[in-house]
Order: sequence, then structure tokens, then C-alpha cells
Amino acid sequence: MSTLFNISLSPHSHSQETTKKLMFGVVIALLPALFTSIFYFGYGALIVTSVSVISCLVFEYLIQRFLLKKPVSVTDGSALVTGLLLAFNVPSNLPVHIIIIGSLVSIGIAKMTFGGLGNNPFNPALVGRVFMLISFPVQMTSWPVPAGFNTGYTDAVTGATPLAIVKEGLKNGEPLSDLITQIPTPSQMFLGNMGGSLGEIAAIALLIGFVYLLMRKIITWHIPVSIIATIGIFTTILWLANPAKNADPMFHILAGGVLLGAVFMATDYVTSPMNPKAQIIYGIGIGILTVVIRVWGAYPEGVSFAILIMNAFVPLMNRYIKPGRFGEEVKNG
Amino acid sequence: MNQKYQIVLKTFQKGGIHPPENKLTAAKQTEVLPLPVSVAIPVSQHIGAPATVIVNKGDSVKTGQVIAGSKGFVSVNIHSSVSGKVNKIDSIVDTTGYKQTAVFIDVEGDEWVDSVDRSDDIITDIKLSSEEIISRCQESGIVGLGGATFPSHVKLSVPSGKRCDLLIINGVECEPYLTADHRLMLEKGKEILVGISILMKALKIKRAQVGIENNKTDAIVHLKKLAASFEGIEICPLRVKYPQGAEKQLIKALTGREVPSGRLPIDVNVVVHNAGTAFAVYEAVQKNKPLIERVVTITGKTLANPGNYLVRIGTPVSLLIEKAGGLPDDTGKIISGGPMMGKALINTDIPVVKGMSGIILFPSSESDRMPSQPCIRCAKCVSVCPLGLEPYLLMLLAQKGLFEKAEEERITDCMECGSCSYTCPAGRPLLDYIRLGKSTVIKMARERVVK
Repeated sequence: MSTLFNISLSPHSHSQETTKKLMFGVVIALLPALFTSIFYFGYGALIVTSVSVISCLVFEYLIQRFLLKKPVSVTDGSALVTGLLLAFNVPSNLPVHIIIIGSLVSIGIAKMTFGGLGNNPFNPALVGRVFMLISFPVQMTSWPVPAGFNTGYTDAVTGATPLAIVKEGLKNGEPLSDLITQIPTPSQMFLGNMGGSLGEIAAIALLIGFVYLLMRKIITWHIPVSIIATIGIFTTILWLANPAKNADPMFHILAGGVLLGAVFMATDYVTSPMNPKAQIIYGIGIGILTVVIRVWGAYPEGVSFAILIMNAFVPLMNRYIKPGRFGEEVKNG
Repeated sequence: MNQKYQIVLKTFQKGGIHPPENKLTAAKQTEVLPLPVSVAIPVSQHIGAPATVIVNKGDSVKTGQVIAGSKGFVSVNIHSSVSGKVNKIDSIVDTTGYKQTAVFIDVEGDEWVDSVDRSDDIITDIKLSSEEIISRCQESGIVGLGGATFPSHVKLSVPSGKRCDLLIINGVECEPYLTADHRLMLEKGKEILVGISILMKALKIKRAQVGIENNKTDAIVHLKKLAASFEGIEICPLRVKYPQGAEKQLIKALTGREVPSGRLPIDVNVVVHNAGTAFAVYEAVQKNKPLIERVVTITGKTLANPGNYLVRIGTPVSLLIEKAGGLPDDTGKIISGGPMMGKALINTDIPVVKGMSGIILFPSSESDRMPSQPCIRCAKCVSVCPLGLEPYLLMLLAQKGLFEKAEEERITDCMECGSCSYTCPAGRPLLDYIRLGKSTVIKMARERVVK
């Protein structure tokens, strides 16, 4: 018998799930949010998204091919996801040069310097976003008023986000009852008719994406649910304690980047904990920090910082919070 | 308990996967494979000391005659599966790819030793005492036929200080493709139930539960009907999930008891035996027939005629493949056992042994592993591990040589079920490195004891 047989070790079957399929699954989950951003912000959304995605892919390719001289892996889809998420975190009138700088920071500094996919401690899209926020504070906080394809691009008419309106108003001593009339209604915020970054406006689009990710088994419920539940509980306590000075929990969940952060940013595989117990504690931490920054911190939005701070704790959590072992104590049924 | 209205099937909770079942041969009646021209019977077909050869070149042997004697307590006899002349005592490559000693016999006719009762009738009256049953098992060469091949008489000898209150019979057959136990339960159901009663007598207990996965509803229905005339045997359907046939997971699913890390089922008062082993015990105790043949599934998508065959121990695998239609041109891999935990064979001359439940042929398109990519820390390996381990971490520790840390992280708990490598989207060789870590840690622990 001259045939050679493969004699690799068990298991001899594979689930056929691949990194690429998972990444493209995330892209599909982001499509509803992409469509709503284009629907509300028009050309600006298209330009920002394309520039971000192309820059991320190009930078990853150039760095891997010419700087690191390693095999190029841009086709695995991870840079594509970073590009989309980066775009979803910025306003639709952000100038092209700033997006390119943000992409370079996301891919080059936050991902490649640590060794590429799988090695970065911090969420690359969030690092890029925070870098742009700190370096270009004016452009990163001017939010176009949604007007479909009449919004324009860098010439868009701008207004404040609901979170900013409430935070500034409360600081100036205006009562909450007045401020409520100045911000979109909960149903408007649910459907996306509000100011904000590309990806955070439409709760419904993000929830559709969440359901898709769960069905495809790309993420589990632990991180998003623990973040949203923590924010809900914490803001409910504050609101019940002082309804004149604190917005209600539904507002806090629908306004700003909570849903985008909970479903797409905090669930990033590389930067989140490796077992459900640790994931829930991670989510609770993000929820608490988000509310603390929103209510007592300098910025109206706290999700990005909250996630980045908790990213720093993930190695520690992986080390000390272990999954429940089988046969830990003698269990008699 | 009336199981008819049970809506939620029992299963184990932690981890597990659902590979495609591919039970191509579930409806194929077991056929007797014709005798080969010669057999090669290895002396180590069980966990424990290999048996010592007691025949010489040129000796005439009969079917059922002892040809190698058990060495010590954790060992069993090996019997000739054919009648004929001993050609030589030589080494042969076995399923592990390594060589071991085997007795080569040229087949002449099929003359059995007189002590074996070759009649077909089912004997339900158990005449042997508890102690006699246990020694009959060792004499007859009975080992765990689920694949682990642990000497059955050892499991039946409950050590002093331990107590058994339940016998669990493993009819789960959770590996894809394999259907040997399924067919045996359908075709020899009554004999298996008598075998279970024999095991219960040996253990001096009154309760047994037979775990069967819900993809074998015909076997469940058949055994439930037969079990009505037996005392204390409950047939329990289980939700289909791999690796439910692993004894710790099966015990958890049926009783809720968790065998602690590093301990045995007897420490939670349970003894587990495979359904095929129960049948072999029936034949040994009631018919005085030693373990010389077993049902083997020969299967694969490319085979012309996959099926289940009753095969004499020592028959070359090539004969099984021939009966199933011949080796397909596009054969990339031949597996002994199931696709999750089986061993890939290096040639087809390898003999059928007691632990060989099936032979699976894979085409080249399904034989090669996907290339390994960087870990994306998705933690899917952690979520599927039935023992609550962290395969990504164990692989990393083994790679870096951090074996003390690997021991702390319970690397030796790993049962090598393969769920982690199966699931990994980056195609990382998790189980390969875990095996390396395990063997190193076990060696370290042994050296510590010696010191």
C-alpha cells in the first residue's frame, strides 16, 4: 500500500468556525447601524465610514508588509471591524485628515505595536477615538443635526447631543423638567433621530445587531447585559434619590454610546475577560464608571473611558477570577 | 418514574459541543465478518500490565483458549479468537503507531474450547456468586469496551472504605459516526439487561441506570420494554451533547453528582460500565465465553458499503474495509475510534483489538487540519470545556514550559475530549500542547513522590 495517510492527533473534526467568519459576522451585525447612520446623516456618514475603513486596512497592510515584514493578514476582517467601529464613534462631519490620523493610532499604535491581532490590551477603536477627542476636541464634539442627505459634510449644521444638553443644563442650574423639552423623546432616540456619533444614534439598529450576534454565537449575553443592567440600576437609584437633578435610567441607556459600547466595543474578544464570571464583573465595572463620569466627571459621555479603564484590569481579572471547575467540591445530587 | 411525559431531557451543564452526528450506519444490522486467513493478537489491549504470552511458535490453539496470562491485579487474560497454529510471536504496529508484541496465528477451521456454551438461548438465571462473577471477568479478559479498556473486574472490586449505591450503564455513544453500541442494544437488548443484572449482583446493589442519548429512540423504546421484566434497571434518555459518554459527564447528567478532581466514580458511590461491556459480561458469566470478538462500525462518507460487523480480535482492519466496499481512492485518514478522540492509523494491517469500537475513513478534503492562526482570545475554548478548564491558558503554559503553573491550573484534569480544538476559530492545536503539558506534569509529580 503506497498511500500515505494523515496521522495527526485527535480531534479529527473541526467546527468550521473561523476568525474570518466571526469578524464578518460582526460586520453584518453592524450593517443596521450603518444604514441608519447614512439615513440620518447622508454623505457625511458615507465619507467618514469609507475613509476610516480604507485607512485602517491600508495602514495594517503597510505596517505588516513593509515595517514588520510579516505575513499580511488584512483579509481576516479584524481591521475592517476596527475601521467600522472607529467611524461609528465619531461625528459625521469629521474632516478626512483627522479620521486618517485616528486610524493610524488605532491600527498602528493600539494594535500593531503590541503584536497585532490578539495581543493588544486596549480596544483599538476606542484608543483611536479618545486620541482624536483629546487632540481635536472642537471637531470631535461638533455634532451635525440629522437631516438625511441634506445634512452636508463639513458644512453641516451642528447642535449638542442629548447628553451634553442635560449635563450643561444641570450644571447651569436649569431644572430637569425644562431640559426634557429640549432633547429628543425616547422614541426618537430609539429610532435614531438625534445628534451623536454615527453608530450611537439608533438604539433599534444596535439591538438588531445584538440579537444577530447572539444568534450567531459570536458574543454571549454576559457583558452587554451586565453593563446595561448596572447603568440602569445605578441611574435608577440616583434618579429616585433626586429626580430634579438626575435623568431617568431610560434616558441614560438610550442617549450616548451605552448600547454601542455594551454590544460592540466592550465585547471585543481580545480586550475582554475570558470567562463569564469575570465578564460580569467587567460589565459591572464599566457600568459604574460610565455613570460616575457622566454625572460627576468632566465629560458628558463616559462609555469610552469606562471601557478603556476596565480593559486595563482584564489581565488581572483573567488571572484571579477562574471559571467554575468541574468537581471543585464533592457535590452529591 | 413515568418517563413518557418528560419534556426536558437530562444532560450535563458545563461546556460541551454538538458536532454533526453522521450516524450513517445506525440502521445497518450487524453482520458477522468472515474469518481472516491469519490474526495478530496484541498482548496489551487494556490499561494495566500487558499479558504474558504462554504459547509458542508451532502450538495448535482453539478459539477461546488462553494465549497470554494476566500479570497482576490490573490485567486480564488474552484469548485466541480463532483456531489454528501459532505462526510466530513478533511485534506489530498497533493503533498508537508504535510496535508491541502480538501472537500471530494462521487460521484453520473454527474449533472452540469445550468449556464455551455456544447455544443461542438467552440464560437469565445467574448462578455464579458475586466473587465468582468478578474472577470470571478477569479470566475471560473483560475490559471496558467503550474504548478505555480498563479491566472490568477491578471496577467491580469496590475497595474497603468505599461504597457503591448505583451502577450506570453507558449506552450514550456520543462520538459521531459510531453505532456499535446502538446496534448491540437493539439486537442483544435482553442479553445486555442480564449482563447488567450480573454486574449488579457482583456489586451487591439494587439500582442501575442506563444512559442513552436521544438520537437512539428505537433503542430507548426497545430497552424500556425489555427492562420492565428486570428488577431495578431504569432506562434514562439523555439530551444529545458531546462528550456525554465521558463517565464524569454521564454521572453528572444522570445523578447530579460531580466526581472531584483527581478522584474516581466510586468516590461518589457510582460504578460505570459500557453497554458493550455488559454484553461481554453476559457472555462470559452465562456462556463461559471469553472476550474474543466485538461489534465494530466501519464507516465514512466515501465508503461504498458502511456497516456494523462482529469481528474476531486480531483481524486486520483491511478486511473490514474490504467488506465495506474497498479502500476508496480518495482516503486521507483512517481513524480507530471516533473523530473526536480516535487515533489515526498508519496502515491497514493494524489488528482489531478489544477497544476498537469503529473505523472511520475520511476523504483528503476532511483529513488536513486548518492552518493555525493567532489566538483572538474569543474564549470559546473556555466555554466548551466540560471540566471548566482554560485551554488557551494551558496551551500557553505548556508552550512556555511553565509546568508548575500548568499543574496549578489543573491540566491533569483534562480528559482530552477535543472540544476545545474542535471549536477554536483560529485552528490552534490546543489539545496537542495540553497533552504535552499533561505528560510533563505527570512525570514531574511521579518524580516528586519518588523523592
